[in-house]
Amino acid sequence: MMKPDRTLPAAVHLASEAGLTTEPVIRLDSVSVCFRVPLEPIRSFKEYAIRRIRGQLDSREVWALKDVSLEVKRGEILGIIGRNGSGKSTLLRVIARVLRPTSGRVRINGRVAPLLELGGGFHPELTGRENVFLNATLLGYSQREVAARFDWIVDFAELWEFIDAPLRTYSTGMVARLGFAVATAWEPEILLVDEVLAVGDQAFQKKCQARLAEFRRAETTILLVSHNPQLVRGLCGRVLWLDSGRVRASGDTDTITALYEEGMC
Amino acid sequence: MVGEVIYDSARRPPPFWEEWIALWAYRDLVRQLVARDIKVRYKRSALGVAWSMLNPLLMMVVLTLVFSHLFRWNLPNYPVYLLAGTTLWNFFAQTTTLATQYLVWGGSLLTRIYVPRTVFAVSALGTGLVNLALTLIPLGLIMLVTGAPFHLTMVFLPLAVILAAAFTLGVSLLLSSVAAVFPDIIEMYQVILTAWYFLTPVFYPTEILPAQYSLWLTLNPMHHLVSAFRGPIYAGSFLSPTGFLATAILAVGVLGLGWLIFTARADKLIYRL
Repeated sequence: MMKPDRTLPAAVHLASEAGLTTEPVIRLDSVSVCFRVPLEPIRSFKEYAIRRIRGQLDSREVWALKDVSLEVKRGEILGIIGRNGSGKSTLLRVIARVLRPTSGRVRINGRVAPLLELGGGFHPELTGRENVFLNATLLGYSQREVAARFDWIVDFAELWEFIDAPLRTYSTGMVARLGFAVATAWEPEILLVDEVLAVGDQAFQKKCQARLAEFRRAETTILLVSHNPQLVRGLCGRVLWLDSGRVRASGDTDTITALYEEGMC
Repeated sequence: MVGEVIYDSARRPPPFWEEWIALWAYRDLVRQLVARDIKVRYKRSALGVAWSMLNPLLMMVVLTLVFSHLFRWNLPNYPVYLLAGTTLWNFFAQTTTLATQYLVWGGSLLTRIYVPRTVFAVSALGTGLVNLALTLIPLGLIMLVTGAPFHLTMVFLPLAVILAAAFTLGVSLLLSSVAAVFPDIIEMYQVILTAWYFLTPVFYPTEILPAQYSLWLTLNPMHHLVSAFRGPIYAGSFLSPTGFLATAILAVGVLGLGWLIFTARADKLIYRL
């Protein structure tokens, strides 16, 4: 099923060297995602009705992902690089079940937790405590699970003093800390990271990285999206390079990031 | 989380069933969203919970003055008639509106994390039901103060509320399916709601409508739902068995239709949010 890929054997070699189990937790078979984009955006029913009558409903198809095949094994850390609009975030969304593939097949074996744009579900009027419960249930955890992990979350975010104050009184850094703590409170089988490693001050960033290292030890599979090859080089065992929705290359981190940097020049 | 969650895009149950399973798994989120709505609402107002009692009381005083003195309808206990009908109408109007607002609020979340898409409409319904229950307190107070009789038929109230809830959720889902694509529908809906309110006997007696409107009354689901709620409180009556059956079929039918259409289209809606 996999597309022929020159650099793949290196990756397989790497994976087996690290003593990883061979069973893939993420499998994509020629996955494509197509957006139908109107030539001019129509945002109102009135406009739609008028255009419908005039027969002006032209749209073009945009393939955000085209024929992407991918296998990720348990405990692997896969970097996904590519320019803006190359389909990186779409790929994460397909894996997170936010988008359904237009064609192809996605198989996921394990719980997927997103670590993207933290704090999106926070409400300014509610207290930190209430927001922890709201945000964690948005991520699919039960109230009981949140209650059991609550102390850990506040410890990690270092926010005991303010936990019963409304969130609007928090600084941006405090909100980000709380968001990171909630999102990483549980160890999922699969973690999706969308360039959010720069959270809070230096000390807290160190803490975040230490937490990610714990995930690695727990054999969490991590997918890291970035357009920064430096970051990817430091963390990932394997890299997938997306270009206009297609897999340009995939394999060993150094080889691919070098190719990518060449291509950027 | 215990156990492995396995997702296979090629082996999905039918959307209406898949969504139901997902919604059940996320039931705590519904609880949290309802709690958030209630809390935020009362944190923002200085009067707190008292406001949800005062608001209907004040409105009722005004409407009672206007209608019972200006129009001189011969309705005994007009305040009770008015408040009972208004309570159910407001439940419907506020819940359906909240559901569409929710979808707009949650839209940016839905494009980033997986959340069952019906969560928002169901949470709006939960909030509406809590507010409905809270309005029953001032209603009871007014009945005591005005000396209106308490009827045994009030045991039918839960049935009336269930029917209204089913219909309201169905309309919310249908509305959300359209509003996600065309947000201007929300504004149009407000106009429709106002017209619908005046064409439904909520603040005036059914009898004053001329005979040629009887077909409209029969076809207007809100008329039956308002009657089913108001009857047990105000008149000591409930729908006739056939009337109940017809209303139940209609309410459940709208809910089923809304659920089917919304869940079938939910995947495509994400592209539009």
